[in-house]
Amino acid sequence: MHGRKKGNLFVFIFLAILGIFMFFPVYLTILMSVKPVEELFIFPPKLYTLRPTLRNFTDMSEIIRQNRVPFSRYIFNSLSVTVAVTVMQCVVVSMAGFMLAKCRFKGRKFLNKIIVIAMLYQSNMIYLMQYMVLAKLNLINTLYALILPSVASPVGLFLMKQSISQMPDSVIESAKTDGAGLFRICWQIVMPNQKPALMTILIFAFQSSWNMQSGAFVFREEYKTLPTVINQISTSSPARAGIAVAGAVFLLIPPVLVFSATQKQVIETMAHSGIKS
Amino acid sequence: MAEKIRKWLKKDGECYLMLLPFLILFTVFTVVPVLMSVPVGFTDFNMIQKPEFVGLSNYKALFLSDKIFMKSIRITLVFAFFTGFVSFILCFFLAWFINQLSAFFRTFFTIIFYIPSMANVYAVWKIIFSGDINGYLNSFLMDVGVINAPIQWLTDGNYIFTTAVIVQLWLSLGSGFLALRAGFQNIDRTMYEVGAIEGIENRWQELFYITVPCMKPHIMFAVIMQIVSSFTAGSVIQNVVGFPSTDYQAHTVMTHAYDYGWVRFEMGYASAICMILFMLMYTVNQFAERIIFKNTD
Repeated sequence: MHGRKKGNLFVFIFLAILGIFMFFPVYLTILMSVKPVEELFIFPPKLYTLRPTLRNFTDMSEIIRQNRVPFSRYIFNSLSVTVAVTVMQCVVVSMAGFMLAKCRFKGRKFLNKIIVIAMLYQSNMIYLMQYMVLAKLNLINTLYALILPSVASPVGLFLMKQSISQMPDSVIESAKTDGAGLFRICWQIVMPNQKPALMTILIFAFQSSWNMQSGAFVFREEYKTLPTVINQISTSSPARAGIAVAGAVFLLIPPVLVFSATQKQVIETMAHSGIKS
Repeated sequence: MAEKIRKWLKKDGECYLMLLPFLILFTVFTVVPVLMSVPVGFTDFNMIQKPEFVGLSNYKALFLSDKIFMKSIRITLVFAFFTGFVSFILCFFLAWFINQLSAFFRTFFTIIFYIPSMANVYAVWKIIFSGDINGYLNSFLMDVGVINAPIQWLTDGNYIFTTAVIVQLWLSLGSGFLALRAGFQNIDRTMYEVGAIEGIENRWQELFYITVPCMKPHIMFAVIMQIVSSFTAGSVIQNVVGFPSTDYQAHTVMTHAYDYGWVRFEMGYASAICMILFMLMYTVNQFAERIIFKNTD
């Protein structure tokens, strides 16, 4: 047992050192976002600042305000996309996950296979063709172009399905004999027990949609998302380095808060995430 | 016939109705684009004129005359080895280590390691690797005396690949890491007690004889996630080392597809590139599955 204790200490030290390396860039980002501009380009660069300031953040909103489109519009766009994707994905994936986990119907096996293969198809591989589909549907330059393609997420469906299949069949069977329809069983019996899985899908959907750049799907300024604009500023000139990191910090805070709050549920759901051969 | 359909609808109709919202969106925005990219790969298509069928010439050009493509495949494979395979090993051991700590530190370290994959903080790497003496890395190395002139980490062809790997590795502890974390936490404690009676002496034996066999499904999920993120990497690299990178040293297949799709508008060619990339990923995936489930069937 003595050896274990020593081993634990070693493990802790190892994690701490690696943790410092992992966190260092994040620390630097936060530090630089509160550094006054004069201190950003001195040699040697310092790892602390004596005069923290919020100048970079006010500058950021100032610069964005000089655009034709007000800053609040970008925030509104990002929030709309995030909320719409997250809510729609939770609803759509829950129903589909319940079906794939608990209902026998023709084509179920096939669908399950397709979903696992589809997990390999990341959106940027089919981005070009998605563009053509969106163009055919006349959705280019609307917020729908950012929302709709991310709703039916194979990873989300997979996680939900795995989590629901852990539920005992008897609960669902008894509800069926009471005459409840599948829709009611899904929302009144299954989903109240799937809060951790919902939280997980929520956090993944939230993260990806909050960070979504409008890319090629939207080129009208008034429909661009916040990350797009902040990225535009940060790539424009090195003198705006402070503003760029301020933007990064601004974008980082919401997902970190949401993840910290839901971390436990996420791990609980991922416990069922396995793929059996 | 009609009778048959009615019976079938009565039995399964409600199921399909519940699946419908997912299926519609999945079909329109994933299945159709995937299926479309197959025929488009055999055409010459610039999005304005009608696509023109050219047979296998895109694929021929890719393998026989596009030297940069061949280079990008090599780069992607090496890149995937480091940010997929090495990163997976890292995820696995980190998850294992974290699992041995108390509840507070488990949460603490999970958040610390997961933060980089959460948002676009990678802009800071440009400042760390900045080529002048103000860059954090250059100034540190010069301070210690390892180098006496600044190194152009982001533009010198000798260094940009390493730089890109470091940045991508840093943000690769994503959902695969979480799945492994959960897998460790999920293992039945009594298994270890039984193991102790059966003569397992230390953590390493525990790991290989009890933990890994129990976690195979989680490992598979994590592997898929790592394959996807490492093979399709490109946008972050483009952001950090620029596009195109010096001498195409950090030019991945994904970057190549971006180049042809969005810069030159050669959709047929770009589709062919994506097709090859998918085949590559699928092969690696099948190979990984073979290894992981080798002893269980």
